[in-house]
Amino acid sequence: MTEENNGNVLNKKIERRTFLKWSGAIGIPAILGGVGAKRFLEKKHLDTASGSVEVEEPETIISTCSINNCGGRCVIKAHVRDGAVVRVSTDTNNEEDILTPQMRACIRGRGYKKMLYHPDRLKYPMKRVGKRGEGKFERISWEEAVETIAKEMKRIGEEHGPESRYVNYASGQSWGLFSGRNMARKLLGMTGGYLNYRNDYSSGAANIATPFTYGTNNSGSSFETLLHTKYIILWGQNPAEMINSTPYMHYLREAKEAGAKVIVIDPRYTDTSIGFADEWVPILPTTDSAMMDAMAYVIVTENLYDKEFVEEFCQGFDNSQMPEGVPGEESLVSYLTGKQDGVEKTPQWAEKICGVPAAKIIEIARAYATTKPAALIQGWGPQRHAYGEQVIRGGAQLASLTGNVGKLGGWAAGTGYWSRSGIVSPISSENPVEASIPCFLWTDAVERGTELTAEDGLQGVDKLNTNIKMIFNIAGNMLVNQHSDINKTTALLEDERKVEFIVVSDLFMTPSAKFADILLPGTSFFERWDIGTPWCYGDYVVAGGKVIDPLYEARNEYDVFADIADHFGLKEEFTEGKSMLDWVKVSIERTREEKDPSFPSFEEFMKNGIHHFKFDEPLIAFKDQIEGNVPFETPSGKIELFSKALYEMNKPKEIPAIAKYIPAWEGPEDPLIEKYPLQLISWHYKRRCHSTHDNNPWLEEAAKQEIWLNPKDAAARGLKDGDRAKVFNDRGEIVIDVKVTARIIEGVAGIPQGAWFTPDDKGIDQRGSVNVLTKQQPTPLAKANPQLTNLVDVKKV
Amino acid sequence: MVQLGFYINQSKCVGCKACVVSCKDKNNLEVGINFRRVYEYEEGEYTKEGDGIVPAIKAYSFSISCNHCTSPACLPSCPTKSIIKREEDGIVIVDQEKCIGTRFCIQACPYGAPQFDQEILKMAKCDSCLDLREKGEEPVCVTTCPQHAIEFGPIDDLKKKYGEVNQIIGMPNPLTKPNIVITPHRDAI
Repeated sequence: MTEENNGNVLNKKIERRTFLKWSGAIGIPAILGGVGAKRFLEKKHLDTASGSVEVEEPETIISTCSINNCGGRCVIKAHVRDGAVVRVSTDTNNEEDILTPQMRACIRGRGYKKMLYHPDRLKYPMKRVGKRGEGKFERISWEEAVETIAKEMKRIGEEHGPESRYVNYASGQSWGLFSGRNMARKLLGMTGGYLNYRNDYSSGAANIATPFTYGTNNSGSSFETLLHTKYIILWGQNPAEMINSTPYMHYLREAKEAGAKVIVIDPRYTDTSIGFADEWVPILPTTDSAMMDAMAYVIVTENLYDKEFVEEFCQGFDNSQMPEGVPGEESLVSYLTGKQDGVEKTPQWAEKICGVPAAKIIEIARAYATTKPAALIQGWGPQRHAYGEQVIRGGAQLASLTGNVGKLGGWAAGTGYWSRSGIVSPISSENPVEASIPCFLWTDAVERGTELTAEDGLQGVDKLNTNIKMIFNIAGNMLVNQHSDINKTTALLEDERKVEFIVVSDLFMTPSAKFADILLPGTSFFERWDIGTPWCYGDYVVAGGKVIDPLYEARNEYDVFADIADHFGLKEEFTEGKSMLDWVKVSIERTREEKDPSFPSFEEFMKNGIHHFKFDEPLIAFKDQIEGNVPFETPSGKIELFSKALYEMNKPKEIPAIAKYIPAWEGPEDPLIEKYPLQLISWHYKRRCHSTHDNNPWLEEAAKQEIWLNPKDAAARGLKDGDRAKVFNDRGEIVIDVKVTARIIEGVAGIPQGAWFTPDDKGIDQRGSVNVLTKQQPTPLAKANPQLTNLVDVKKV
Repeated sequence: MVQLGFYINQSKCVGCKACVVSCKDKNNLEVGINFRRVYEYEEGEYTKEGDGIVPAIKAYSFSISCNHCTSPACLPSCPTKSIIKREEDGIVIVDQEKCIGTRFCIQACPYGAPQFDQEILKMAKCDSCLDLREKGEEPVCVTTCPQHAIEFGPIDDLKKKYGEVNQIIGMPNPLTKPNIVITPHRDAI
């Protein structure tokens, strides 16, 4: 290996600089790089005992935890000097054993000082003075802000009824005891009620689809079970960037070192592939179900399926397994072998659709069926597509056919939740309104709420009495940035006759915050007490110590809504006389009393920063069903490869009763591909948690916002690495830098999601906010967001 | 003298760049200055098998700061002799009071270690977190890496444990005798 042959990678301009003009942090001592080395120049030896060390202000270390919507929940240790956070470190606890890995922060966690002291922090309450969305605001007092909100809550409630009041999906602070959206809900619930939403934007299709197969979304097993697996398929899952869970990669690594082979299926050669894959299998977006069907075909026709398992635990495999009144041709085998629709789901059939060579499909199908136990683990990117429900049920189907369900080292696929981090969440709320909409349909509920029906996913009532007239958007960016079709959404919000009043609380002037009528400066996790719980996976909780007092006039939403409650004479009822710190202590006390006597005291917990719950056995999804004759929580008590409930919906083309490949609108089979020849996907970038951190200059420097294009697609458009290009379809256009990379397949473009919509004076986004290009068309069953289903073209600007 | 150096288990690196950012956090480095850097490398293309896509892509990430070389190229390049190799541990540091910002060291170092601070017009670089080490702690990158892929210690010990590799595909020839030991990524050999 020589330098001459390979070129010096260090000379490549990979660490590209950016033009971003964020100025330096405020409020912290400015120490310029390297100056600190000076004092070591004179010293001959490092000798801390000699007393020769300069006396510094003592540093206090406070353990805390970010609770934004990150899959990871890590330990953030704030080093405080003179009342300012001077740096952060992470978990330093001893790893007692393999089950208590350090919960180290990733790049996002290490950049928090820049967020906390960002010069753009919102500093005081404001009211809108220009047109809505224009971004013109005027400073007001907290008293005026609180009074205005209380007045509007009353007015709109009286004029339009409680169903007109809505708390938008918001996940900026979602994994602690308090969250702004829940505080808003609590108070609205106490004052007449509000329109509910269901589901989420992360695994929306999966959350509805998986229970049709298994009866629950809790189809994941604790991560240490992976140490027993021999073959892992990460299907559209990218934990190295997304951080699905802080300890997850630790177990993946251990599994790999114990000999498990890792296959990654993804249109991009992800960081996960670089770090973990024995083999990368690229696939065209929205076609995963075709490959799954073909794998099932191979497994069934080559008799590689687990016959005993399928016979005992499944419904709908073949015509001997159909529920009463359903013809045999509706079975899985009938579909796979072409008896149902005349098309055999062969690997050759799938190759033409999904771009994975037939031989490779056969190889993976055989390996997955014969290497036992094996774990097919599904990411949620593939289900964020037009027919995302099918991908999720298809994965669960493969796990069931191979008998990998309920077994140590196997994996049931599907949504994959599991959690053993039970602490008591002491703050409760009630809503007298029963009406609820799928969260993705909130813009529909603004535009045509009274027209929504059960077909649209309206539940609790037959009809709504009103459209949404008031929105609380608390610590979230779903109001504009993270919802589909930004241009359509902003046009809707600009019309003040539709939504009459919008309250936003945030740290920054986000694209959503610009649409506030009253804009409140919120606090970061450094500025308040809390307890951080892991996402859907994990058996630990993290202490959320308060590090510093709120900066500027920033206030905790808990305290703000308590003050609004005061205008209704409900403050005491709202707070029960307790502060946030009191509630944290209540949670700990009650957890010790009701759940786990070994849970540490408040003081110990805050000192350790983390508590690992201890268990004698790994958690294995569906172990009881497989070993203990407990029925699955489905109507039949079986794993429903065929669901009679779906069958009876009588929409076989969009909601089939067994998992099927359905060609997506704006997929590779849509004729629109003639006009817009690139499939556009997005992904969860390592340098952001959704749209959080987008304005952090350190993180932008480390991983900039750019569109990934295959060298062939770039060349065909005359695009070079670093060029500016516009990406467009009928919904809009954005301008973004181009990264030409072989790490994405031809025909597919990738834009990391979450960049803040930053329109120029013509309304054209200059930052690369992917949701300008995504569509507001929900998936058929779950009514979920299909944000990875887009056709676009790219042109040099 | 016990020469100290870094060990990078590149086979575990996922390119998250937590090490880069924690170094900036600890050393208060603004955009443009990176004592530790992560480089990305990729090559390869695709062939077709019927309608199927067959990838032949190699890619890796590689984290590097200063290798505190045994024959540091930066040191003789400095006209003001402001770069010093410490006798006690071989760590290469810069005396910013002497540095006049010629940037010759930046041209001389094949690894990109010296960083130019535009605000004070002087050079700055990794000092292996001397202040933390003085308190008995590890350099911040070591305690940061979520993959536990960075170690720091006597280079002879690291070589005994992990072998002698100090160059991977894309890295310059080790003429400066860099004190780094690497377990290369499968695509970097």
